[in-house]
Amino acid sequence: MTANGSQQSWVLRQVRPLGGDAVDVLLADGVVAAWRPPGSTSPDSEGLPPGTTILDAAGLIMLPGLVDLHTHLREPGREDAETVESGTRAAALGGYTTVFAMANTNPVADTAGVVEQVWRLGLDAGHCDVRPVGAVTVGLAGERLAELGAMATSAAEVRVFSDDGHCVSDALLMRRALEYVKAFGGVIAQHAEEPRLTAGAQMNEGVMAARLGLPGWPAVAEEAIIARDALLAGHVGSRLHVCHVSTAGSVELIRWAKAKGWQVTAEVTPHHLLLTDDLISSFDPVYKVNPPLRTAADVAALRAGLADGTIDCVATDHAPHALEDKETEWAAARPGMLGLQTALSVVMETMVIPGHLDWAGVADRMALAPARIGGLPRPAAEGWSSIAVGAPATVTLLDPSPWRVVEADTLASRSRNTPYAGRSLPGAIRATFLRGRPTVLDGKVV
Amino acid sequence: MASAAASDPASRRPGIARTVLSADDITRIVSRMAHQILEKTSGGASVVLLGVPTRGVPLAHRLAQRVHAVEGVDLPVGSLDPTMYRDDLRLRGVRPLEVTEIPDGGVDGRVVILVDDVLYSGRTVRAALDALAAYGRPRTVQLAVLVDRGHRELPIRADYVGKNMPTSRRESVAVRLREIDGADGVLIVSPEAGLTGAAADPGELP
Amino acid sequence: MKGHLLSTEDLSRDDALVVLDTAERMARVAEASVRKLPTLRGRTVVNLFFEDSTRTRTSFEVAAKRLSADVINFSARGSSVSKGESLKDTAQTLEAMGADAVVCRHPASGAPHRLATWVRGSVVNAGDGTHEHPTQALLDAFTMRRRLGRVDGLAVTIVGDVLHSRVARSNVWLLTTLGASVTVVAPPTLLPLGVSSWPVEVSYDLDAVLPKSDVVMMLRVQRERMSAAFFPTEREYSRRYGLDVDRAATLPEHALVMHPGPMVRGMEIASAVADSARSTVVEQVANGVSVRMAVLYLLLGGSGEVS
Repeated sequence: MTANGSQQSWVLRQVRPLGGDAVDVLLADGVVAAWRPPGSTSPDSEGLPPGTTILDAAGLIMLPGLVDLHTHLREPGREDAETVESGTRAAALGGYTTVFAMANTNPVADTAGVVEQVWRLGLDAGHCDVRPVGAVTVGLAGERLAELGAMATSAAEVRVFSDDGHCVSDALLMRRALEYVKAFGGVIAQHAEEPRLTAGAQMNEGVMAARLGLPGWPAVAEEAIIARDALLAGHVGSRLHVCHVSTAGSVELIRWAKAKGWQVTAEVTPHHLLLTDDLISSFDPVYKVNPPLRTAADVAALRAGLADGTIDCVATDHAPHALEDKETEWAAARPGMLGLQTALSVVMETMVIPGHLDWAGVADRMALAPARIGGLPRPAAEGWSSIAVGAPATVTLLDPSPWRVVEADTLASRSRNTPYAGRSLPGAIRATFLRGRPTVLDGKVV
Repeated sequence: MASAAASDPASRRPGIARTVLSADDITRIVSRMAHQILEKTSGGASVVLLGVPTRGVPLAHRLAQRVHAVEGVDLPVGSLDPTMYRDDLRLRGVRPLEVTEIPDGGVDGRVVILVDDVLYSGRTVRAALDALAAYGRPRTVQLAVLVDRGHRELPIRADYVGKNMPTSRRESVAVRLREIDGADGVLIVSPEAGLTGAAADPGELP
Repeated sequence: MKGHLLSTEDLSRDDALVVLDTAERMARVAEASVRKLPTLRGRTVVNLFFEDSTRTRTSFEVAAKRLSADVINFSARGSSVSKGESLKDTAQTLEAMGADAVVCRHPASGAPHRLATWVRGSVVNAGDGTHEHPTQALLDAFTMRRRLGRVDGLAVTIVGDVLHSRVARSNVWLLTTLGASVTVVAPPTLLPLGVSSWPVEVSYDLDAVLPKSDVVMMLRVQRERMSAAFFPTEREYSRRYGLDVDRAATLPEHALVMHPGPMVRGMEIASAVADSARSTVVEQVANGVSVRMAVLYLLLGGSGEVS
């Protein structure tokens, strides 16, 4: 595919693919065209297409373009909080080249019409690929299946279906959905939350909730649904994906389901890898999220689960909210946090620096695994595994050295609800390429 | 929350202290003031002594003891905390409240003698007069102070003065009483050379 | 920065004692023939109540007026303020009015904490959701000290819907800070799961605890808890956890019966017990004014700098 008719070529001089040895990488015709000896390339080197730009990438780590299985772009409906344009801009700046846009928009993405609208808005914006997620049930109401097949065969080619924000809590409906999407290789991404156990819930149930007098969101409300759905998926032989796993018990259940050989995959958010519920003592709703921030023991279990592959991938659950939905008392605030522009930094801090994952592992958990789960069309998903010659030139370049203080006002999102404001995080995305075309250069959107 | 803590400015300020009244001086002065009170109130008729906390209270008790020793009469003694009537509350952190204890029989129609250790700007006495009004209407209000150091900011004067003590505003006067401080004495604390100005305290001792 | 009173959990023992000592002085003022003090003349106290509570609001109003503060009652209940967004708008309005202190009652836990980040004045938490009600706990401690001479070393039993009680939380922190040993008694459904981390004993058996209690504090139990399956029936609750005459008779002779009000007579407490000599229900109201005067004085009576 050729972007904007003209395809420029790039040499990433002395870049380190997956954090390995430096090499000069030529991106041409939308693919990784050649690997050349490190530092050997200059503007007058032989074998370069005319007009090739040489980028000094010394010290930068090249990763496959990141894939986010769980993004809320808010369009249509809440364009004051985020648009496809602003959300994908944030995604590109965070190193993402594909985002899966959740279905809880207004109107809900439960028809071919809405998912195609979102998909087209993504194409128009051009910052990254937008893959709409379709709703499982009409209006996310949990009562009737939406026209899943129509969404699958639409131009948007929907493969991931989710009522995220709501749990498909009816066991029979969940069974039918799991079975039905087998016909077109779909997957149900479940927001695991038993609604009767979380009525009015405001934060993780435990020591902090008891202190703060906030109604508790018990771990068992997540775990009970995961256990049930894993059993259902095993029973009908379908694929289940568990959204934003947040508890140690959930990790255990997913480990058990995988050991059974069932097709169960799971994601964890960056914030559940880093933040804990004691932050809520300030009552600042920037820390309000669903599922809620848990304890340090949960954080440790999630990191271990991501490291050993029990949890397949990191997904941001990027959830922009307008100021008036966050600058309020806790109970009135909407749950959700920004994530796209900070995800890789948080994974670096929580997984890479402590030694739980190397950069190849990061590439797997943040690009390859989510691409596989989300059913991204081949061959795109295949070649990425090595960033080898012939693979699509869909990559991101990370400078691992700086620590930067997050400033909410400088983020690309229309919203400001980052829980990391004022916090120092490692790493900075310098450039992102989508099929050979730069979407970010010098840390700025192209 | 702001916490109120009593402190003695003279003890935390760097400076040079010199003793200007000894324990014996204070005993003699209190004795003389007791005589003056008896003289001026016709033997202490309907007198109520109200000490202004902190150090006005033991002084009031001492005056009552001397009066008893001389004349055999028992004057009612109480305390009156003017803090909540001060006009300078906003000038510093919250002041702790002290005890107000009006003797049985009250103050209506009585000769109330307010007793304080140091008379300076007069603002404490003004506040005490307001505080007193909340408890009744005395026939007469008089003022007894151990030390008058001058620098009045209000038209207030004492009826009984133990010792007139001209001071600079830069100096502070510290009264020590054994009931509170373990020993009697009056000190003048001058700011140390080089620290002048920094140590100046526009207010009174509490 | 200005001081606030948002919770008792972060109140040190020294600060709590200063409040109680100051309240004692304030109580003496009530004995003067003129009960009004000029102390907070020119200061503005806003009563910002998002929940109906005539008794608490009135108590703060009387306290502020005795100290000569200007009082503005800002009742947001029932207006368009049912959604939370306008808490910040309200805060900005209060700023414009020049409120020196905002006394805030709100149905959402933590609302006063938020407010404190948006206004320059001092914020006093007058009850937030199911979180805390610090002045209630201070007046309870004050009442215990006046009646029993101390709080340190007292055995205090708190009975009832601890899960949803801001009074219970504030009392647990304050009373244990002041050296009392606290036991909470409730059906397990009405205790928070995290209660094991609290510095209290937990019991499900009221009869076993009463004979060892110096103070028993009965919490209100709302009838709507029944429908949410916290307990089966009113009658069963009352039988197991209500303070009736027979149970009250097992208390030591000196023991106090307290209730933050409003009481559900016949449910958690029998009328005869509520009106008995060991009941402090009425003096708790008077003590509330003294304690709230103390709090307002300590927050507003100086330059605002913590000394």
